[in-house]
Amino acid sequence: MTHVSLQALTKIYPGSTEPSLDKLSLEIPSGELTALLGPSGCGKTTTMKMIAGLLKTTSGDVVFDGRSILQDKPEDRGVVMVFQNYLLFPYMSVAANIGFGLKMRKINQAEIDQRVSDMLDLVKLPDLGSRRPSELSGGQQQRVALARALIVQPKVLLLDEPLSNLDAHLRFEMRDLIRNLQQDMGITTIFVTHDQEEAVVLADKVALILDGRLKQYDVSSAFYSRPVDKATALFFGGQNFISGEVNNGVFASSFGQFQLHDKTENGPGTLTIRPENIRIDSGSGGSNSVVASIVEKIYMGTQTRLQCQVGDTLLQVIANPNDVEGYTVGQDISLALPAQSLWVLRS
Amino acid sequence: MERNGSLLGSSFRFLTGTVLIVWLVLPLVPLAIWSFAKGWFYPSLLPKVWSLRAWEYTFSDTSGVLDSLWLTIGISLAATALSVLVGVPAGRALGMYQFKGKSFVELLILAPMIVPGIAVVLGIHSIFISMGLTNTVQGVILVHLIPTIPYMVLVMAGIFANYDPAYELQARSLGASPLKTFWYVTLPAIMPGIIVGALFSFLVSWSQYILTLLIGGGRVVTLPLLLFNFATSGRNDITGAIGLIYILPGIVILLLTAKHLSGRSGAVGGFGQI
Repeated sequence: MTHVSLQALTKIYPGSTEPSLDKLSLEIPSGELTALLGPSGCGKTTTMKMIAGLLKTTSGDVVFDGRSILQDKPEDRGVVMVFQNYLLFPYMSVAANIGFGLKMRKINQAEIDQRVSDMLDLVKLPDLGSRRPSELSGGQQQRVALARALIVQPKVLLLDEPLSNLDAHLRFEMRDLIRNLQQDMGITTIFVTHDQEEAVVLADKVALILDGRLKQYDVSSAFYSRPVDKATALFFGGQNFISGEVNNGVFASSFGQFQLHDKTENGPGTLTIRPENIRIDSGSGGSNSVVASIVEKIYMGTQTRLQCQVGDTLLQVIANPNDVEGYTVGQDISLALPAQSLWVLRS
Repeated sequence: MERNGSLLGSSFRFLTGTVLIVWLVLPLVPLAIWSFAKGWFYPSLLPKVWSLRAWEYTFSDTSGVLDSLWLTIGISLAATALSVLVGVPAGRALGMYQFKGKSFVELLILAPMIVPGIAVVLGIHSIFISMGLTNTVQGVILVHLIPTIPYMVLVMAGIFANYDPAYELQARSLGASPLKTFWYVTLPAIMPGIIVGALFSFLVSWSQYILTLLIGGGRVVTLPLLLFNFATSGRNDITGAIGLIYILPGIVILLLTAKHLSGRSGAVGGFGQI
């Protein structure tokens, strides 16, 4: 159980003036599973390598349980990183791969064999110890890589894009495996991903990093309901942005006024609502409802996407197909924007 | 069609096999015959009298062939070991990293393969005299590195061009010290290259004549020098016997590396990849 604290962690690569990672500060509580989320090149793998000691920091500190580990060598940090392409040693058997960390710790072979066999059971590959890594499927290789990391009982486990190389049906299996093992062993775990879905399904908390800077560090639902800015909202699939002004709990836009649920300071801002939170109104014309004309309608099986024009604003709506069955392109539709789904972004 | 193709393939194999035998083995036949001949003159097709005299002399204490053999093996092994020590890190630098002046360094390393050895060694000779390295085994070993290191570096650069250093980071992260990382992770990955490069280096050192003669000053008598002595003094029977001993490592190494040379390993394929 290790509390990880990143303090103003910064990396400027030689020959570059722009920092790849700019003063990243994060408190990761003991035993939690945290995602570093961001597009490729945003500095998330850089962060992992600095925690693992595989890359020098430019400035800032990495602190485990109150003690800076920056001076510790990679092999002494108790951090194990699992790379995206697994990096199983090709000329060793699966069992030798898994036992590698224990061998480096000079544990006797009988105990290594025992613990490797336990670990193979744990990752559900009981009979594959004598195989070569090249004889395994991608999903099996990943489980071996995970077993190889977990067997040394690291203080901190780092996973690089743990689900992105897997087929859809394997993803959930792997997700459950990672979550269960991580919870059982209580290992503080950080993983990086560019896929918001991967971050949301796996992590306790998500840190969104854009352009080397931390945007938001929160539980995953907050990124949908309360994004800190437009870039964050866009990254999580937000599509509706209405400019206007807040005045005593009411948002005034060019095409109507909307009651806000949250206490919001007065001043200009951008109103956002997720496409799936806009409701189809029966036409009662209650508060927070607008009449829009349908520009486009796409049936997608479990949902129907509507594009609706109100004034000069296009609203994206994701609706239950049954609710919009009777509507066609060109028709007017009454949309309700529930107060508790509205969120005001400040520029 | 298929039968036709395999027929074509087998006749091609037969042809290359024949060419190899004609070119590699046939020239050795007179050597072998000479070593067992007691006089063999025109126009007889084969010697009139056979004898083991040449072989007896070769393995006797007076001939110095055995001393020379051990000395040559020792020098070649030492030159090979030093080439490996220099060639592995140099090959890593050339194969994996980009740095200023890289192409100049490449040229410097390749230069001994382009510039005639005798041109280089005349300059080195005067330096070695001032350092007291002429006429010594150490000096000969050192000068043999001039032609061996380029082979080693080139092979290793090819290996490292295809090498993923992330495996080393993974090993460090799993608790391996830099030394153990090298031993358990890097070394097995580059071993095929080391073996091929070392065999090349051994053969190159084994067959040095001019460099040994100039730096060794005639005091360090390796097998090629001895062979040349007997060849010029007209003792064809002894020349034949020593000649057969002399080509032995080449044949052994050819057989050992046949698998690697056939392209199944990246060691040789890596030549053009730096």
